[in-house]
Amino acid sequence: MDRTLYDKLWDSHLVHTGEDGTALIYIDRHLVHEVTSPQAFEGLKLAGRKPWRMESVVATADHNTPTTGWERGINGIVDPTSRIQVETLDANMREHRAKAYFPFLDKRQGIVHVIGPEQGATLPGMTVVCGDSHTSTHGAFACLAHGIGTSEVEHVLATQCLVTRKMQNMRVNVEGTLARGVTGKDVVLTIIGRIGTAGGSGHAVEFAGSAIRALTMEGRMTVCNMAIEAGARAGMVAVDDATIDYLKGRPFAPAGPDWDVAVAYWRTLKCDAGAKFDREITLRAEEILPQVSWGTSPEMVVSVDAEVPDPEREKDAIKREGMERALQYMGLKPRTKITDIKLDKVFIGSCTNSRIEDLRIAAAVVKGRRVAPNVRLAMVVPGSGLVKAQAEREGLDKVFKDAGFDWRQPGCSMCLAMNADRLEPGERCASTSNRNFEGRQGDGGRTHLVSPAMAAAAAVSGHFVDIRQWR
Amino acid sequence: MDKFTVHNGVVVPLDRGNVDTDQIIPKQFLKSIKKTGYGPNLFDAWRYLDHGEPGMDHARRPANPNFVLNDPRYREATILLARRNFGCGSSREHAPWALLDYGFRCVIAPSFGDIFYNNSFKNGLLPVVLQEAEVDRLFYECASFPGFRFTVNLDAQTVSTADRSQVMRFEVDTFRKYCLLNGLDEIALTLQHKDKIQAFEAKRLQQFPWLMR
Repeated sequence: MDRTLYDKLWDSHLVHTGEDGTALIYIDRHLVHEVTSPQAFEGLKLAGRKPWRMESVVATADHNTPTTGWERGINGIVDPTSRIQVETLDANMREHRAKAYFPFLDKRQGIVHVIGPEQGATLPGMTVVCGDSHTSTHGAFACLAHGIGTSEVEHVLATQCLVTRKMQNMRVNVEGTLARGVTGKDVVLTIIGRIGTAGGSGHAVEFAGSAIRALTMEGRMTVCNMAIEAGARAGMVAVDDATIDYLKGRPFAPAGPDWDVAVAYWRTLKCDAGAKFDREITLRAEEILPQVSWGTSPEMVVSVDAEVPDPEREKDAIKREGMERALQYMGLKPRTKITDIKLDKVFIGSCTNSRIEDLRIAAAVVKGRRVAPNVRLAMVVPGSGLVKAQAEREGLDKVFKDAGFDWRQPGCSMCLAMNADRLEPGERCASTSNRNFEGRQGDGGRTHLVSPAMAAAAAVSGHFVDIRQWR
Repeated sequence: MDKFTVHNGVVVPLDRGNVDTDQIIPKQFLKSIKKTGYGPNLFDAWRYLDHGEPGMDHARRPANPNFVLNDPRYREATILLARRNFGCGSSREHAPWALLDYGFRCVIAPSFGDIFYNNSFKNGLLPVVLQEAEVDRLFYECASFPGFRFTVNLDAQTVSTADRSQVMRFEVDTFRKYCLLNGLDEIALTLQHKDKIQAFEAKRLQQFPWLMR
């Protein structure tokens, strides 16, 4: 019987199925960070249990870590509660030795969803879990990857398995050629705008079609990263040459004779021709324009050439009330042109868009220009120490600094503002991150989700501009 | 984990769609390394008029009189009535921890974020999915009758009004129901399959040695 990519990944990890369909699946890679793991390690200790296979664990501290003041060492973490969390992870990693741990200040430290692929610790055919919803990112490598809660972190540590049920199969096809300036971010925002934040609930989503194939691995990671913003715990893309080329030579990727064996297996990680999907939608790449979110949910998104929508035109009462509340929170009036929206801050970073390609694209936009006077702070936060080092080798840091951007140390930073990087009440930000929820980037902060190119152009212009017309 | 069998309590209506886990418990409160103590900061940004930070005396902070949890008639509420896609967004288990710590035992909505739904069961918080039309009606009744209560019966899979004039049935997985009814430790249950896991792992190691290195 023909199977989808998800079917294949599921079948190859199935340990046990109960009568009601509840299953145990085996977990190959467990990514761990400081916020969602302390209670799990404590739970193990209280129950007198030992981790099953710490060789599956790759860990880092990313959510709480500061993006400045690294020269002060651990004292650079000013908030004592943040520091306790980071030190608790240090202690847990000393007690239980992981396959790899990249602590705060390590030159390979970074956002967990950036360093997994970067290290080759995320490989096709794996099951990957992490106590973080953006674990869907790793599906770009034809993995079954999704976020879990802290109880599940403890469960995976103790048993190497996850108790779960099979999801339904959904495929999103993007066919055709994307316009110049239109990126993976615009693709995924368009998809979320189309199907809504619950559109993929209960589904594992495979992204397919010629426009997805044409994306780099960085672009595919951006798309899969935001699958959760469409409600889908897992997003994925089949293996092709781009996947294999990306992985070759990575520290934890197979090498020597193992490499050829692995590649032969990886080539099978795609949907069979006759496989059935429970749900399927298709978008034309040519119709996708640069996107800007206007509200407080990622589904509240429009094209840059559009206007802020008018709730009066919405027939669904719950949606209409949500729109009205969002407009009030965002301080926006219906029918304002998106390109008339002025910004106070610009954030380029996060597990969605902080990889080297993202920084190259943003740098190309700002090169030789200056951040607009009304933009109080424009910052670039590379996804990892290695991304930062690579960008510096290419001189991108200089391009950003010359333009008036802050060039920071790696981490999650202002995507969720657990560290000191945040918006003040009422501040409006063009952000390459993934969530525009109320208060996400700081209490009262107003987030507009965009691609790195759009964020860079907005920083220079002081308001949103259509990147397709950038010269 | 606490058992959940039958629960009777006051219902509080939270009339907003797509309530995300960032709203349920904002990020500044995720820095704790404990599972308890999140209750005072449940819905923090909506519940208080000032900006909340860990370590504050939350009892002395100015409450937002327009937020439904602060309405005296819902002070004793233990059942949250919510709109579609409740608990979307981040995987933070601090969201069910905060709801439980506040005193909630059950959340009723037309749909939930997948990860939140899953996390709730692991902690003895029962998420109940009812039809959108049923939820609509319950919102109306909740507003109309002060002290509106439900009885949630997990074994019978029903939500009923005090006079049993309305009895609504809900679906729940057999395994999740079994664990919650008995307050079982899921890890211990999984470890009953230890031999199977070890056999699977050994086979996988042989087949894909490079995957396990």
